[in-house]
Amino acid sequence: MGAQQAEVGSRAMTAPAPARRRRRRREWFLPAFTGLVMAYLFVPVIVMALFGFNDYRGRFNLVWQGFTLEHYRNTFGIPELTESLTNSLIVAATSTVVATVLGTLVALALTRFSFRGRAPLNLLIFVPMATPEIILGVSLLALFVSVQVPRGMMTIIIAHIMFCVSYVVVTVKARTTGFDRNLEDAAQDLGATPWTSFWTVTFPLIFPGILAAAMLAFVLSIDDYVITTFLAGGTVTLPLWIYGISRFGVPAQVNVIGTLIFAIGVVYVVVSVLRSRRANAPPPVLTKG
Amino acid sequence: MGAGARERGGKRRTSWAPYLLTLPGTAWLFVFFAVPMATMFAVSLQEGSIETGYTLTWHWPTYAEVFDLYRLQLFRSLMYGLIVTLATLLISYPMAYWIARRGGRRKNLFLLLILLPFFTPFLIRTISWQFVLADQGILLGTLKDLGAVSESFKLLASPVAVVSGLTYNFLPFMALPLYVAIERLDPSLLDAAHDLYSSRATAFFKVTLPLSLPGVFAGSLLTFIPSVGDFINAEFLGSSTTTMIGNVIQREFLVNVDYPDGAALSFLLMAGILVMVFLYARSLGTEELTG
Repeated sequence: MGAQQAEVGSRAMTAPAPARRRRRRREWFLPAFTGLVMAYLFVPVIVMALFGFNDYRGRFNLVWQGFTLEHYRNTFGIPELTESLTNSLIVAATSTVVATVLGTLVALALTRFSFRGRAPLNLLIFVPMATPEIILGVSLLALFVSVQVPRGMMTIIIAHIMFCVSYVVVTVKARTTGFDRNLEDAAQDLGATPWTSFWTVTFPLIFPGILAAAMLAFVLSIDDYVITTFLAGGTVTLPLWIYGISRFGVPAQVNVIGTLIFAIGVVYVVVSVLRSRRANAPPPVLTKG
Repeated sequence: MGAGARERGGKRRTSWAPYLLTLPGTAWLFVFFAVPMATMFAVSLQEGSIETGYTLTWHWPTYAEVFDLYRLQLFRSLMYGLIVTLATLLISYPMAYWIARRGGRRKNLFLLLILLPFFTPFLIRTISWQFVLADQGILLGTLKDLGAVSESFKLLASPVAVVSGLTYNFLPFMALPLYVAIERLDPSLLDAAHDLYSSRATAFFKVTLPLSLPGVFAGSLLTFIPSVGDFINAEFLGSSTTTMIGNVIQREFLVNVDYPDGAALSFLLMAGILVMVFLYARSLGTEELTG
């Protein structure tokens, strides 16, 4: 096997010169294309960040009028905006914790045990992810209306936990599938109880997966508009507030908050790239399947 | 001996542990996903009004009525979804290919760079696009000043704006599965193809593309389904001529408070999606997808 690979490798090395030159000449297209797409992906982000520094007058922050840090000094100067951000953080934190616990337990069961009912369980986890968000939202609305549950913070959290659980299961499962059971057996051969071996061997190994899942759940929750709009009642989350104000001109504070959320993303990317370089392993968020 | 012990241990735990572990999550999904679906199905067969209340009369004609009223929006949404899926595929494939094959040690950095813009909230991104595409905005304003396009040229409030907004917002759902599928490919297969004197194009169409089909399929589903059901892009970037089925469903539930109509439309939307996915899976062939 190894010899075969080496042979293939050496043959590729001695490929005729013209072919190699042709390959090199063509190589500019794909990197240039990739660069262009990446630039395109950042267009709205750059616009958002830039207009957080705009010294505009009146309601509409649409024309560049000069540089100011005023909106950063006064980020929390709009009480309704601050309240909606607080609501979003409460919803996201609660749903992340609950969804991560529920999802991790399911993922552990799916990877470590064979039991009856796996197929319907997998279906129950997969189908919510393959259902358009609007359907998830309106069906819960139909349920809450018919059992006469008033809508508000509670119903938002219930819905967010529901749509995050599946993503947690998938993310944690990706991490536990490649897990080496022998490590646990070794611990138990050395006299550890199953409980001890779980907390000292298994849990630390799957923890990065759990962390990535929690991160994903938090991002999904704090960003959700579609499902939340059907279940909010009088509770206003950040996306709902932005939606409501968009007709009357979005204040620059929204750009600032968006930029700060983006900055958290930048920090996350830098940390995971540095960590993966050190550990020589892909960052947990990308080890899907 | 170790294996035997594990087997016995495993068997003993099998009896109750997995059920106990899955119970809370399963119960949650059952009560807040499966039960609402059943409720909505019942609602779609009710008759009545917001004033008099609704009663279940098994009124199937609602489905035919809302289909007649809104089939244009339904087909438009499916059409937009198809175009968006194709556009994200054409944009993502070369990029995913290059990162997976030539990214080297910086693969993960490139991938995270693709994901990074999506840390900014969905609504802010879409409002930013509205701003970029505005009639006198940074894109068209500049082009008009340069005389590159006529003064009356518009992008906003057109199908092009809605489709490009959707394409932007759902691009990573296509790019990531594609990357995973291409990255998993054994490079020695391509070397083998070259050794057998296949051209680069032949090697791509006979080796790389077929073997990456599971990624193409997964990415297509992850892009097609949310874009067909979306209503935010149509609302911020479109006009009354680009109304999608999601806008209609939202209006039925939140503005008209006509729950039976909204519920019936929701099931028609899902039926439309299922038909398209089924046709797509058949056209790609199931053997390739499970491979």
